[in-house]
Amino acid sequence: MKDIIATFVSYLPEWMQYFWPEWFQYLISNVVLALIILLPLFIVVAYYTFAERKVIGYMQIRVGPNRVGPKGLFQPFADMFKLMFKEIIIPTNANRYLFLIAPVLAFAPAMAAWAVIPFNDTLVFSDINAGLLYILAMTSLGVYGVIIAGWASNSKYALLGAMRSAAQIVAYEIAMGFALVGVLMAGGSLNLGDIVNSQAGSVYNWFFIPLFPLFMVYFIAGVAETNRAPFDVAEGESEIVAGFHVEYSGMTFAVFFLGEYANMILISLLTSLLFLGGWLSPFPSLMGDSILWLFLKTGFFMLLFLWFRATFPRYRYDQIMRLGWKVLIPVTIVWLLVEGIAVYYKVGPWFA
Amino acid sequence: MPEIKNYTLNFGPQHPAAHGVLRLVLEMDGEVIERADPHIGLLHRATEKLAESKPYNQSIGYMDRLDYVSMMCNEHGYVLAIEKLLQLEVPIRGQYIRVMFDEITRILNHLMWIGTHALDVGAMTMFLYAFREREDLMDMYEAVSGARMHAGYYRPGGVARDLPDRMPLYEISKWRSKKDADRLNANRQSSLIDFIDDFCKRFPTYIDEYETLLTDNRIWKQRTVGIGVVSPERAYQLGFTGPMLRGSGIEWDLRKKQPYEVYAEMDFDIPVGTNGDSYDRYLVRIEEMRQSNRIIRQCVDWLRANPGLVLSDNHKVTPPRREEMKADMEGLIHHFKLFTEGYTLPAGEVYTAIEHPKGEFGVYLISDGSNKPYRLKIRAPGFAHLSSMNEMAKGHMLADVVAIIGTQDIVFGEIDR
Repeated sequence: MKDIIATFVSYLPEWMQYFWPEWFQYLISNVVLALIILLPLFIVVAYYTFAERKVIGYMQIRVGPNRVGPKGLFQPFADMFKLMFKEIIIPTNANRYLFLIAPVLAFAPAMAAWAVIPFNDTLVFSDINAGLLYILAMTSLGVYGVIIAGWASNSKYALLGAMRSAAQIVAYEIAMGFALVGVLMAGGSLNLGDIVNSQAGSVYNWFFIPLFPLFMVYFIAGVAETNRAPFDVAEGESEIVAGFHVEYSGMTFAVFFLGEYANMILISLLTSLLFLGGWLSPFPSLMGDSILWLFLKTGFFMLLFLWFRATFPRYRYDQIMRLGWKVLIPVTIVWLLVEGIAVYYKVGPWFA
Repeated sequence: MPEIKNYTLNFGPQHPAAHGVLRLVLEMDGEVIERADPHIGLLHRATEKLAESKPYNQSIGYMDRLDYVSMMCNEHGYVLAIEKLLQLEVPIRGQYIRVMFDEITRILNHLMWIGTHALDVGAMTMFLYAFREREDLMDMYEAVSGARMHAGYYRPGGVARDLPDRMPLYEISKWRSKKDADRLNANRQSSLIDFIDDFCKRFPTYIDEYETLLTDNRIWKQRTVGIGVVSPERAYQLGFTGPMLRGSGIEWDLRKKQPYEVYAEMDFDIPVGTNGDSYDRYLVRIEEMRQSNRIIRQCVDWLRANPGLVLSDNHKVTPPRREEMKADMEGLIHHFKLFTEGYTLPAGEVYTAIEHPKGEFGVYLISDGSNKPYRLKIRAPGFAHLSSMNEMAKGHMLADVVAIIGTQDIVFGEIDR
């Protein structure tokens, strides 16, 4: 991208080249690259909300949205326009500054995390070595948005939601981190591309087999981290109305919403990258490694998110904490020990 | 060291889990409930007072609107009081129809309960599953009374009319294709009684579906087992009735203990719980649906075989047939008297109670011999249940309050009246 822009600039008259200094070219190319990742992401988020309503609709023997456009396909845009034109109400005695900064804080890290995601061997915006750490850092930043939103709203429901969310994310961040430690022990790298490539071979080399408990823990923790059912106590529709975003309306609400769905997609994508071999093909004889495999695997986990929501009742807040601290974290620790031994003795095809 | 104090949370009346207009003032220590104070009266419509200014029959419609998810049972309690004071005999077929519709209503109520209770606990799909079946039951209401909710079907002396010989059919429209209409109409081709029979055959598998989703679900059990435990003694003292009492292990059911109508001839069991927690009450209500289904099938069999009167022919109380009114002097007088001033009840007082889906629904009626009640007092089961809110919720967490509201099966129409 940078080369294309540099070539383009070199064809311009000299006086115009003055306006295109090196750093500016760099900025432009990065912005364009970011948009190439983020714009499709927005589209996917929009249609993920639509898919959610349709899938859950059919699971609940109803049809789901089917009025706007053919088969209801324009529904996400209708929702978007509605939210854009709604008034943003700031509650009296709310902290205006924090109230407005909170959605941004929830949204921006959810987007930033996409910078290091590899889509195949070469297609990666920023191929950094500490990719996994960067992702952990970014996803855990999102909780500040939730906490600040809950506090700044000056509402008891919102405060309860924020408190729940803070405690929950701390607990599950640890389980998630430990699960990722297992992955980096197996992959021997923090770079996401390298982790995927170390799973190359066949289906049996994918990490979900040797790391099955960690795989489960990671996905469960991922569902909990995104505040989705059955761990949606931070929103808790029937308990604390909408939790931390109870006072938000219009675009401020939409931004929270975007962040949540982008995070769900991110968790699905990461699960398939870290445990299911990302773009690697399960049937190399049938079809080679392709980005399509990655999308297929991601789509499966995205479907699971919806399926959970249609099936499970909601956990109570203390039960979530118990599950996190007393089940998931011990499971990861035990399995890290097992894995450590396996790595030391170079067991099987995975750690050889 | 900052001062730590409890804070109060206003739960409702505008709250998704408030089941209408419940306002709970919760005193909380973090997430833990210290005190739960239910405030009622936001749906007060003065039903009892209104009834004092109307001839007896005109208040039947108000009864539907008490507990608006078990309409016919409310009517039943009211007309039973009038019949008792009048010493009016109800034709046997009328009694069977009443029993059948009481049980249909019980299923209707329990479906609403399980849908909303599960929705409160977070299992959204249950709600829509329950409403799928409610749709069929509503169609039965509609076929027999013309109204899907507030039927106004029971009358002193029986029911308004006999079961219809055909079901209303769905029509093809812009929104309903021929395929959909045919699918919906498939079991509506013949009489109402066939449709009910068909429903009774299908319904047990539906209950199995609900149980697959909930009964052994670990999250559901974690959310209901040990929540809102009421000991048998306390359940007595708090005035619990219905599934709330049976959930605590006390086998008390007015249908068995003080049989009214033809319940004495019905073969059914009373499920009881053992622990008195939300989960036991859930199991009790699920089993009650199965037992109701059993009763309905017995009624269907009897009703098929035995045609006859459904409304008493004492035309001082019930309207005469249309032809009689047109052709017969006495019929005309009866008709005119009944629809202008109604009928009078002998002076006296009476209490009747029925096993309403939620518990004991009692009607205490005082008559001064005129055509209007001197006083009508309704004993709503939900009122006693709600008043135990503080005791049941204390020490539990906020999310459990929602589960407790669900397990109490609260409907504000009857509590506020």
